[in-house]
Amino acid sequence: MQVLLSPQQLDLTIKRLCYQLLENDDNLSDVVFVGIQPRGVQFSNRIIDFISEISNSEKPSYGLLDITFYRDDIREELHIPKETTLTQSIEGKKVVLIDDVLYTGRTIRAALDALQDFGRPQKVMLCVLVNRRFNRELPIQPDFYGIAIDTTASQKVKVDNENNRVILY
Amino acid sequence: MQLSTKHLLGIKDLPPSDISLILSTAQQFKEVLQRPIKKVPSLRDVTIVNLFYENSTRTRISFELAEKRLSADTINFAASGSSVSKGETLLDTVNNILSMKVDMVVMRHSASGAPHFLSKHLPDTAIVNAGDGINEHPTQALLDAFSITEKLGTLEGKKILLIGDIMHSRVALSNIYLLSKMGAEVMLSGPPTLMPKYMEAALGVKIEYNLKKALAWCDVANVLRIQLERQNQVLFSSLREYNRAYGVTSKLLNEIDKEIMIMHPGPINRGVEIDSDVADSSQSVILKQVENGVAVRMAVLYLLSGKKELNS
Repeated sequence: MQVLLSPQQLDLTIKRLCYQLLENDDNLSDVVFVGIQPRGVQFSNRIIDFISEISNSEKPSYGLLDITFYRDDIREELHIPKETTLTQSIEGKKVVLIDDVLYTGRTIRAALDALQDFGRPQKVMLCVLVNRRFNRELPIQPDFYGIAIDTTASQKVKVDNENNRVILY
Repeated sequence: MQLSTKHLLGIKDLPPSDISLILSTAQQFKEVLQRPIKKVPSLRDVTIVNLFYENSTRTRISFELAEKRLSADTINFAASGSSVSKGETLLDTVNNILSMKVDMVVMRHSASGAPHFLSKHLPDTAIVNAGDGINEHPTQALLDAFSITEKLGTLEGKKILLIGDIMHSRVALSNIYLLSKMGAEVMLSGPPTLMPKYMEAALGVKIEYNLKKALAWCDVANVLRIQLERQNQVLFSSLREYNRAYGVTSKLLNEIDKEIMIMHPGPINRGVEIDSDVADSSQSVILKQVENGVAVRMAVLYLLSGKKELNS
């Protein structure tokens, strides 16, 4: 097991991403942050908490999205859906999708499909904590990422929320 | 996590874990139904036939909407106007439909046990019982449970009263099985002629023939329809007399000093088992039940559809 981000590094990385997100779009009124269920939630909660802290505007528009019904492997394995709390319309808004690890890109593909059912966004961006650059199966790249790593398919990357770190094993 | 069963034939053999899974999945589908686009692509590779050998408005439309909102392809079959009148048997009809590559069967039949019979002959096709004779109507019990949970938070420890034609009601039987499994207390009320004799001993429910006492006991009253089409002998003297003795009226509800939740599986015989002002009152969740029916049926179809490849 290898520690990719220690607790201290993880905190710094999340803060840096928040500043980058704000730098990219300091007017949060037309931005909707969307955390992807289930594993993107802890990360997106921390992003939202820190953005609320450092931006002067009111609490950013934020919801969770479950993509279970949009998966392309539904006949291989049945997944149990989690809660979707995204209730606001995303029509004409800038959407920032937030997930923990970008790997094959299939989750994000499903999320893009799911987003369409909430309106037509002006723009969709992707923010991930870990960008696994190899083994992408779809042409999807992040706009913001914490760290980029090159790993083989047999390795696993886990955001260990309990110990506040990111590990490779 | 997935269902332990391949078909939904009844609540009788459904473990509580399956019931919880269906209800929690339905919660997510209910959210889908609030979206601007109320449709998900989950079942776009699945074809479902709705086989209705008996009349239906709510259940048929509800299943059809559920299927369409899951992006499944649907075929509707009604026994009247089909080759059933030429003498084709149930199994032949279904086999012919399945040979056209249909994956799931939703069926309603006036014979109790018809879906169970079909499931024995067609083990690889998911079969959903949409009501069989006087036996079970599992999706109705599931949507009733969903509606109760939505309003009261839980089923555990809640006191549920079923009123009326218990003998001919498949809704009653499915409800009794489900509510008992999920830890609710069940009481039955209705004329002795419409009360099966061994209900109390066999299913562990209470029976109270005095409607007012029964209403004072319960948190939720589920009023059942008088099923005149299934009664081939006189079981009470007139509808008016039935209404006087067992009709749920606002006068009766005003006499008990708590607000109970009123349910009815539909179709309503207004002025017989329930008065119009009660059915349309704020205590009544009758239309909510219908709304929840789509989400619950989406959950059932979604959870059963996943099984298809596992067995091939």
